[in-house]
Amino acid sequence: MTDAPAVARPSPIVTDDNQAFWEAARQGRLVTQRCHQCGRLQHPPRPMCPTCHSLEQDIIDLAGTGVVYSYSILHHPQHPSFEYPVIAALVDLDEGVRILSNLVDIPAGEVRIGMPVQVRFEPTRDDMAVPVFGPRDADR
Amino acid sequence: MSHPLAGSTAIVGIGQTEFSKAAGRSETQLASEAIVAALADAGLSTSDVDGLVSYTIDPVEETELARALGLEEIGFSSRVPYGGGGSQGVLLHAAAAVASGAASVVVAYRAIKARSGPRFGRAEVGGRPTSSHSGTTAMQWCSPFGVLTPASWMSLNATRYMHVYGVENADFGRAVVQFRAYAANNPNAHFYKKPITLEDHQASRWVAEPAIRLFDCCQETDGSVAVVITRADRARDSNRPVVIAAAAGAGLFEEEIASNHYRPNLEVMDGSVALARRLFDGFGFDRGDIDVAMIYDAFSPILLMQLEGLGFCGFGEAKDFIADGHLGLDGSLPCNTNGGLIGEGYIHGLNLTLEAVRQLRGDSVNQVESPTTALVSASRTGVILQRPR
Repeated sequence: MTDAPAVARPSPIVTDDNQAFWEAARQGRLVTQRCHQCGRLQHPPRPMCPTCHSLEQDIIDLAGTGVVYSYSILHHPQHPSFEYPVIAALVDLDEGVRILSNLVDIPAGEVRIGMPVQVRFEPTRDDMAVPVFGPRDADR
Repeated sequence: MSHPLAGSTAIVGIGQTEFSKAAGRSETQLASEAIVAALADAGLSTSDVDGLVSYTIDPVEETELARALGLEEIGFSSRVPYGGGGSQGVLLHAAAAVASGAASVVVAYRAIKARSGPRFGRAEVGGRPTSSHSGTTAMQWCSPFGVLTPASWMSLNATRYMHVYGVENADFGRAVVQFRAYAANNPNAHFYKKPITLEDHQASRWVAEPAIRLFDCCQETDGSVAVVITRADRARDSNRPVVIAAAAGAGLFEEEIASNHYRPNLEVMDGSVALARRLFDGFGFDRGDIDVAMIYDAFSPILLMQLEGLGFCGFGEAKDFIADGHLGLDGSLPCNTNGGLIGEGYIHGLNLTLEAVRQLRGDSVNQVESPTTALVSASRTGVILQRPR
């Protein structure tokens, strides 16, 4: 047996277009792009605003609260980097962008579409982090 | 004015290898074998071929294929993105090339070792932001969260669909039972002589709960298929041509392959709504014109979502449409009579095109009575094929 790495979750793939998002996540901040010219919010991040074609994108902090738009409890196939079942979710954030993530600290049988959730961060390999979602503080 | 692609080209030959779990030879060899078989069916030779079309994700390079087959001169080649969603786009490209005069005889092919080679259904943590230019840039937003397979991507859409319309996994299962019944009669199918009941389906293990069980998934398969396309007037000299009456594709903003997670309403497969607009409205067809349909079923939920998006029933009504038996041989829309990708095997959707040709030729093992018009839909690309008049 070899020692499993302390942090198993694979690190995100950083590109020129998404590095601002992942750098913020490493700092424990959930951010999105806001077009400097027309104010359109955009996730996943892209190099150009599809509405006005501006190349100036501001990075703004999000509240980190939203509701589950859809989910899936993943049983198979299994990858050694994750504990199963993995709960995948699409979260509609209060500001109006949607993000694909995981639900944590919520039993699989209790996951419902429309349930309120709040962001937290989990470490990945390479000293990075990803936003995941758990119950909202007020609901605990 | 009629559409310039309406009936101007035809499929004159189809060919394939055996479908298996381990082909034991290269994709280039598989494609070469399927193409030679398709050309023989067409009564043509490799010297007639001047065009090649495949998927962006196909591993067989045109240069290697030309060397293996001895193709002298290629005047046109292209590839279609979107993975299996682009599977009928190869016919759109081929028809457009032939109708425009860019090529005279085009071969569309797909060769895949989805079972013994790289499996879509295997969990792998990719080091790439995209999936080999197949149109899945969103993979980079999935893999750090363990969302690693097409089933896991698609299940997020399917769960939303079930929530909005009150659909249960057993509703998907009724389509699967029908496809497995068709496959049971098909000696070429993975599940030949292996029909299942709804209870069997419901007893199969969860892949992605609450949407997708094991039996809701297509069968990853090794093999190759090929289709030969030429001008409709030239096709009259061939053995048993099938006319390409309509061909279209639709790619939408924020839509990807199975992971179009950022469209506003995921319960609607609006790529299929757009495809239907181009295919039915654009070419002057009604849904009632379709005698038999092949509908891309990588996972059973997308079968229901396409039935609705294409307009064969209302939104949320596909479960009743299926329960009422419309997909059977006696139904209004016999569907995936080879067993589909779930029952026959997964040559990434292009094997559905071959079954549509067999139906129109009268060659299917589950033959519909004298069909004149067949639809093949791959959610965002599609064709309508017809028996010549």
